[in-house]
Amino acid sequence: MSDLAQYPGVILPTAEEEIWRYSRIEELSLDSYVAGTVVNQVDAPADVAGIVTQGAAAGECGVAMPIPVDAFAEINAIHCSGAHADIITVKTERGKSYASPVVITRTLSVSGVLAAPRLIIDAAENSEVTVVEHFLSADDISSLIAPVVEIRAAQSARVTYIAINELGNKTWKIAHQQSLGERDSTTRLFTVALGGDYARVRTEARLVGIGATTQQVALYFADKTQMHDFRTLQTHIAPRTSSDLLFKGAVQDTAKSVYTGLIRIEHEAHGSQAYQTNRNLTLSHGAWAESVPNLEIETNDVKCSHASTVGPIDDEQRFYLESRGIHPDIAERLVVLGFFNEVLERLPQIDVVSGLRAKVAAKLHAGAK
Amino acid sequence: MSTLIIENLVAGIPGKQILNGINLTLNSGEVHAIMGPNGAGKSTLSGVVMGKPGYVVHSGSVTLDGVDLLALPAWQRAQAGLHLILQYPTEVPGVHLDDVIREAYVSRGRDTSTLDAEIVAEAARIHFDMALVERSMNVDLSGGEKKRNETLQLALLKPKFAILDELDSGLDIDALRDCARRVEAATQEDNLGVLVITHYARLLEELRPDVVHILAAGKIVKSGGPELADELETTGYAGLTQ
Repeated sequence: MSDLAQYPGVILPTAEEEIWRYSRIEELSLDSYVAGTVVNQVDAPADVAGIVTQGAAAGECGVAMPIPVDAFAEINAIHCSGAHADIITVKTERGKSYASPVVITRTLSVSGVLAAPRLIIDAAENSEVTVVEHFLSADDISSLIAPVVEIRAAQSARVTYIAINELGNKTWKIAHQQSLGERDSTTRLFTVALGGDYARVRTEARLVGIGATTQQVALYFADKTQMHDFRTLQTHIAPRTSSDLLFKGAVQDTAKSVYTGLIRIEHEAHGSQAYQTNRNLTLSHGAWAESVPNLEIETNDVKCSHASTVGPIDDEQRFYLESRGIHPDIAERLVVLGFFNEVLERLPQIDVVSGLRAKVAAKLHAGAK
Repeated sequence: MSTLIIENLVAGIPGKQILNGINLTLNSGEVHAIMGPNGAGKSTLSGVVMGKPGYVVHSGSVTLDGVDLLALPAWQRAQAGLHLILQYPTEVPGVHLDDVIREAYVSRGRDTSTLDAEIVAEAARIHFDMALVERSMNVDLSGGEKKRNETLQLALLKPKFAILDELDSGLDIDALRDCARRVEAATQEDNLGVLVITHYARLLEELRPDVVHILAAGKIVKSGGPELADELETTGYAGLTQ
């Protein structure tokens, strides 16, 4: 534990805490970084240009995460009210559906900085919006990004958020996604993680209004010495809420991944349903994946299920394709891309998403020609 | 003309010998049926010949036009001209029929420029709903749809020999007829040789065998013409294997 001069009062966690178990938090030394910022690029076509504000005030924070949930959320909150504040808000108008997505590209362009950008998506009653947050850095950039996205979906609002991590292989990411779903709202949180050295996302969907629905979906693929780390929470507070989580990952070379997920159904949330599926492919002998699903249910009359698998490519699937005359490397490649298709097909079909399949394919050793 | 020859094949799974010396010669255009009770070794025979993992060959040989198939991995056996339709076709999530056929064509050095049209034409021929072509391989398909899908692949790939492992299990009469007729047509049009493994004579009404073999306890105990299948219907296996 260390008290950090530049972040008074912030105490870094240790791997002894359950939610940091298996993580690489012990390797982190905040002294290696000075507070800094990313370079932002906002692509908002005419229909959404008016709802995006860059450089918003610190007072906008807190729509879904009023109190920081851990040290990195605290650091982000400190940034928000200081010299390195980087707050972008997307605020929709009541009853309006926006066809174009807002695409925010956050690029870390220098080494040795800790950047903590915040994105706030505040969707008014019965509005609909899609926001993409794309994280980039070059391979030689050794920095830390601690982004927070807060999402509030008011009654009957529909919000789709997509985080794409294409950070360089020396960059660390410790991210938070927090959504709040009010009555009959729909929140969808997608994550595609391909980059980073150690890249962690804590994602929590809170269902606070009757009939609210959420989906959390992720694709992650780590190779070389990368590590992807996901902590998910599906928190049902109001009655008749539903959540569906699908996280699919692969590890190659000596890469690692961690998934721990908690479905929490609180006392008032009767009539709710919650599903959680985490599937992992280990593509090399030296690769390692951990999957820990958990349930915490405080009421009756709920439907819950969770499924979790870790293992190599299925022999029968490989044989089936080989029996059609397909070389084993190509067969393996088809199986892995098929495995990820289930996630890619759920993503909204927009420009920034359409190239992801090829990027996944490019990372695969199997069948690489 | 091509020939598939199985000679004195002794094989099984680790710790258990299942096939106790199989001999069989199949020529292009011929249909041979292998019938036998549960546990006779029918599925083992198809798995061993195709090279499915999990089987052990103790002795004997399988050759296709003189090429030693047992020395080749499964994908090279397929390229040599062998095709297997599994009793329970494997589900491969997220992988679509056209991806598989395209890769299979490419691996054989075949032109893929007219592949989409070929798939449409073949699907129509065996009444396979084109909407299902967009689905993941064998995922959420009925028994009949799975076997139509398998037969569609066979028709497109045009192997020299096909082993149909209980093509008739898990599908309705209409699908059975469509699949059986398409295979029968391939024996005429493409000179396909077929080894059809089944419990029941019904399949053989559509896919007429030239030779029927009775397999029991890992050996072919009797071979004959199509009338052997009819005889089975009255005597049962017990009558023929005693």
